[in-house]
Amino acid sequence: MNDPVIDITNMTKTYGEGDIAVHALDGLDLQVQRGEFVAVMGPSGSGKSTLMNIIGCLDRATSGLYILDGEDVSSLNRDQLASVRNRKIGFVFQSYNLLPRLSARKNVMLPMMYNGFQNWSEDQRSDRASGLLDLVGLGDRLHHLPTELSGGQQQRVAIARALINDPSLLLADEPTGNLDSRSSTEIMGIFHRLHGQGATIVMVTHEAERAREAGRVVNVLDGKVVAIQSEIDRMIVA
Amino acid sequence: MLQDSIRTAPFGKQRLEDDSFKDLHGMTLPNSFRVAWEGVMLNKLRSFLTTLGIIIGVAAVIIMLAVSAGAEAEIEDQISGLGANLIMVTPFRSFGGVRGAGGPRGGPGGITTFTYDEVVFLSQNLSNISGVSLEQSTTQTVKGGTATLNSVSVVGVTADFLEVRDYSIGQGRFFTHAENEAIQRVAILGAGIAEDLFEGVDPIGQQVRIGSSRFTVIGVMAEQGIVGATDNDGRIYIPASVVFKRFGGSGFGGDRVRMILVKAENGDVMDSVMEQITSLLAGRRQIDPAEPNFGVRTQQDIVDARASTTAAFRSLLAWVAAVSLVVGGIGIMNIMLVSVTERTREIGLRQALGARPRDVQRQFLLEAVMLSLVGGLAGLIVGVGGSFVFGELGGMRTELVPLSLPLAFGASAAVGIFFGYYPATQAAQLDPIEALRRE
Repeated sequence: MNDPVIDITNMTKTYGEGDIAVHALDGLDLQVQRGEFVAVMGPSGSGKSTLMNIIGCLDRATSGLYILDGEDVSSLNRDQLASVRNRKIGFVFQSYNLLPRLSARKNVMLPMMYNGFQNWSEDQRSDRASGLLDLVGLGDRLHHLPTELSGGQQQRVAIARALINDPSLLLADEPTGNLDSRSSTEIMGIFHRLHGQGATIVMVTHEAERAREAGRVVNVLDGKVVAIQSEIDRMIVA
Repeated sequence: MLQDSIRTAPFGKQRLEDDSFKDLHGMTLPNSFRVAWEGVMLNKLRSFLTTLGIIIGVAAVIIMLAVSAGAEAEIEDQISGLGANLIMVTPFRSFGGVRGAGGPRGGPGGITTFTYDEVVFLSQNLSNISGVSLEQSTTQTVKGGTATLNSVSVVGVTADFLEVRDYSIGQGRFFTHAENEAIQRVAILGAGIAEDLFEGVDPIGQQVRIGSSRFTVIGVMAEQGIVGATDNDGRIYIPASVVFKRFGGSGFGGDRVRMILVKAENGDVMDSVMEQITSLLAGRRQIDPAEPNFGVRTQQDIVDARASTTAAFRSLLAWVAAVSLVVGGIGIMNIMLVSVTERTREIGLRQALGARPRDVQRQFLLEAVMLSLVGGLAGLIVGVGGSFVFGELGGMRTELVPLSLPLAFGASAAVGIFFGYYPATQAAQLDPIEALRRE
């Protein structure tokens, strides 16, 4: 039970071949323990996006080992990766990515369509989605369309959607990037609450203050993790 | 409530306590249908316009098959009304009279018609036949009993007429060869005429006045009803000799016989009887039997000629309809490709949330199939309704071909699958990272 949620060893990702080959990831190692809240930072071109895509099982590494929640996902095919994404990962995107014609609750229920929740009745699914919307403070917005919600509310719907399949890992890509500071604070508050309840969260951000709110900051540079700053940051926050 | 459940169960471990989580499939079929239906309803006007091609295609298949089936049935009725083992001797190889090259004593317009003497000659010299007849008709005013009827079809025939045409007498008798040769003015009434002239009175032995001549009624035909476009019960039959010898054919389309009907004894001697007719008639006319100026054809020849015409007609219609189905299918493919492009981001999101390539493919394939099936269903209704309307209001006989309904509907489903496959595969092959990045 104490094995890490993310265990990446000597991972490389190379685009192109020969002289024009680009090494987006160059022998990267990363471990994220269960219940950790990790912020990933790095300038553009650092390999940060590549790393996030691989962690999110949207892409595969060229070489190296990736064990997600005790399961080796390094060499899974597209179908298996889809299943892993569905079961183990809850995505929160910068631009929310809600389906505009579906109500908040239907959006939250979307990932259940693709997994083993199918033994659940429609009512059970609805109840679970409603409960999660309640959890993120949108219990009174179940039937609203995304266009009828503010950006912060839409992102909260997206968080509820990320939680619906009870994932091992919440993967948030610049979750506050499109939000004003008040909404950003609300979203971060939800992350802190989930973290407090034991959720494992990996969040990409370019905002240093947001990163410092996480338990640990991972800096990616030139396809490697360069330093673990959490101890330093903690001292600064303190 | 849920907060509690999340707090009590560690993240990512809740499913392990629930058996339903262990069994991991992709999307269920009902869900696939629901998602596909949502896709169809996403843009109702566009979906409707897209299905219009299929609606028109399916309706066209059904209506056109109904129209050609109706036309065929019409022809079959007409021809089968002529009776079996029938040989038709027609002017210059034509059925119904095409201008000939002017045979001996060419009739009006140079049509090589026949003389009554030729008919008598054939009936006396042909073997293996059960009769020779002709039908020379005109319309006359007929008086009888207390009634006067205008525009009654009066037909001059031989004594073999009943035999040749497989008709039967209802009451009294038909005239004999002797009566025909003796130019007796006797008449056999159609059942409807008898009813109109002599209601409640026995018509046998009564007098009727046809034009200015008196005839004695000796029989009434059995009731036949209306066959094709002809009311056979509304005719009066008189001896051909009367028409040609007494009236000189006046009022009967001249003194020429337009068509001679010969009935063979059975189907096996048809060819030999036809050869006899050609050689006898050519000999009498002193022309080369290899190049006769008349045509000898069987009912089957005419059926075949008509059938090949209607078959060509039908396959032309079927092709037109099939082309419109294909055009409808291309419309579906077009709109599905647009849809895939427009919804690239949605596809990327669904993939991120766990949709496998085949889930995406199925979603878009089902959407295309649904478009075409909805179109097919609407086309079915329009087709059946259209066939009915054509038949009732268009003055065109239509007969729904039962097979055309499942055929057209199935074709629309096939069109949906065929033309939906490529866009759906395109969608399934999208890279989720690229797709999510797309605006």
